Amino acid sequence: MTDEALEQKNSKLVTKLLLIVIGMFGFGYALVPIYDVFCDITGLNGKVASEAVAETSYEVDESREITVEFITSLNKKTPMIFRSETNKLKVHPGKYYTVNFFAENKTANNMIAQAIPSISPGAAAEFFKKTECFCFTEQTFSAHEGKTMPVRFVVDPELPERYKTITLAYTFFDNTKVVTN
Amino acid sequence: MSAVVTEHDDHHDHGPEKGILRWLFTTNHKDIGTLYLVFALAMFFVGGTMAMIIRAELFQPGMQLVEPQFFNSMTTMHALVMVFGAVMPAFVGFANWMIPMMIGAPDMALPRMNNMSFWLLVAGVLILASTLFMEGGAPASGWTLYPPLVLQTGNALPFAVFSVHLLGISSIMGAINIIATIFNMRAPGMTLMKMPLFVWTWLITAFLLIAVMPVFAGAVTMLLTDGFFDTSFFDAAGGGDPVLYQHIFWFFGHPEVYIMILPTFGVASTIIPVFARKPLFGYSAMVVATVAIAFLSFIVWSHHMFTVGMPKAGELYFMYATMLIAIPTGVKIFNWTATMWKGAMTFETPMLFSIAFVVLFTLGGFTGLMMALSPLDYQYHDTYFIVAHFHYTLVPASIFMIQAGAYYWLPKWTGHMYDERLGRLHFWLSAISVNILFFPQHFLGLAGMPRRIPDYAVQFADWNMISSIGAFIYGGSQLLFLYIVIKTIKQGTGEKVSDEVWEDAKKHGLEWTLPSPVPYHTFTTPPKIIPTEHI
Ligand code: HEM
Ligand SMILES: [Cu+2]
Repeated sequence: MTDEALEQKNSKLVTKLLLIVIGMFGFGYALVPIYDVFCDITGLNGKVASEAVAETSYEVDESREITVEFITSLNKKTPMIFRSETNKLKVHPGKYYTVNFFAENKTANNMIAQAIPSISPGAAAEFFKKTECFCFTEQTFSAHEGKTMPVRFVVDPELPERYKTITLAYTFFDNTKVVTN
Repeated sequence: MSAVVTEHDDHHDHGPEKGILRWLFTTNHKDIGTLYLVFALAMFFVGGTMAMIIRAELFQPGMQLVEPQFFNSMTTMHALVMVFGAVMPAFVGFANWMIPMMIGAPDMALPRMNNMSFWLLVAGVLILASTLFMEGGAPASGWTLYPPLVLQTGNALPFAVFSVHLLGISSIMGAINIIATIFNMRAPGMTLMKMPLFVWTWLITAFLLIAVMPVFAGAVTMLLTDGFFDTSFFDAAGGGDPVLYQHIFWFFGHPEVYIMILPTFGVASTIIPVFARKPLFGYSAMVVATVAIAFLSFIVWSHHMFTVGMPKAGELYFMYATMLIAIPTGVKIFNWTATMWKGAMTFETPMLFSIAFVVLFTLGGFTGLMMALSPLDYQYHDTYFIVAHFHYTLVPASIFMIQAGAYYWLPKWTGHMYDERLGRLHFWLSAISVNILFFPQHFLGLAGMPRRIPDYAVQFADWNMISSIGAFIYGGSQLLFLYIVIKTIKQGTGEKVSDEVWEDAKKHGLEWTLPSPVPYHTFTTPPKIIPTEHI
């Protein structure tokens, strides 16, 4: 093979390989929407709907009792107080309940905060329906303001038998900087 | 392999340039191979020093020597330095030296890019090392760099990310070069299915590299923008999910472990037939198994995440897919054993390391199978059992075969024989101490000792002390390796080595038809390959 022919062959191959590299870099980013879509479709990962569902009435299943636990948490640096007024509730599938949460801004400035819910076991998430939640929108707190906020929910009677306990966890994040930037 | 008719080209061999500039600007594949190998050896000792600090702290329960934060930096940096600074560059060094000589090419296909990829590697590792001296310390989140923890890194975060970018670009360039060399530079008659297995395994490895390094680069870029530019890829507050990072990381991470093991397989397949004096058993099965392992490595990543809360179907899928890998891996182990079966074996240092590799790597594979069983992995996950598993697949496998390769090829490269007595001493010290070091870690893990902690409950004290003693012996023995290598480069035993160095090595590969030491330029006119049986 002449040098020139070889060089041509090399640069053709290199171009192809570089295309793979760029494609795979893009693929890494494409995994982000793919993951979200996948979680949406399958309801995996305890990701819960971030929008309220309309209040429909179910037939209440008095014979079944599910324990719902409420957990609140803050990361180390979030300057807030955050707790649930109820720790645990025995519920009947199909019946609506309201639970109150309390959050307070410990700083002397306005604060914009967002609560992120998570449900475990993850596969139960699609059966846990909220008609009202402080987590659906960002919450604004003035300096040292404390608020009591309700969550209204129902456990769908379709919930498979094997689930006896559902844990609803909220983490409050201080988004002030992000939002005002 | 193939026998060869050597043609002496009578145009004058111009040797290397003189002085330091030779090393800075060299485009010669042998020089660059040497650079990679020397760099890898240096990083082996840097990463090794970190391991000694870890084991010294763990010698006894309680906090003795270092701060917990620094301890965590050590586990993180030890892994990153060993993976990206020692093991991968060492194999790239072998590739640079040996692939052209094995396929009858005068050099790598893209020599200037070759030079650049080496110096980018150095830059990347230097930046990584510099994070040790930054405010807030080096990354301490574990080599997997999981968010949100990794986002608590101090000033080092952007530097660590940038370093990963450079290391990624460097290995991608290296991989492209290797693929181009293998596809376009083979001597006439050197068909794909005649290539030595070392070349085959590197070809597959190079494809793994260009497929997954960009994904890793993307993942750390997302970390960077999450940390500094208010994106929320992994930040729950903004609607992201930290588990997503784990998926992206392990999509890279699992193939990455095969990037470190496939060239290991290649070196073993090169050495074992020579000292068993038999052709490699099942050459084409070996090629197919390599391709199969590489393919499977893309579809098993979540076996690192059995405990994140996957649905049962996912657990089952990843469990069975992972167990599938044991089949092609088993084929390899079987074929190496069959190659040795009834061979006229001799036990020079490279062969000793290879035999130990076959045995001890199998052990690492077995623990891998145990962890592949997802219900059981709930017990093993994030304990010292994992540490034992991957060290068995990396130290007595990858590191052993890198050292075996060094013993095997150094006489060819330098024209000097290493000291066989010292080589065997190094082998026995390493092989015994590596087991004292890592075997007890299985017990610790089963008993529940978590990984990445600077202190532990007293019931773990005994095995930790034994493990640390093993570590100090193993670490110390590597100084002997350094001594042997330097001595061999200088004058060796003084004995003149023949061109084929090892008995009948000529039958096993083109490289042994060249003079020892190998001239600076080789195969400037392609060798004639006489088709023969695979041997
Ligand atoms: C039969 C082959 C193998 C199987 C079935 C296997 C399986 C596994 C599994 C299930 C885990 C995750 C355990 C956990 O975190 O709970 C794991 C971890 C690991 N394996 Fe393997 N493995 C195999 C071979 C290898 C090889 C060849 C290498 C490297 C050369 C390797 C390197 C690693 C590493 C580095 C980790 C730990 C990663 C980390 O969490 O930091 N494995 N392996
Ligand atoms: Cu894996």
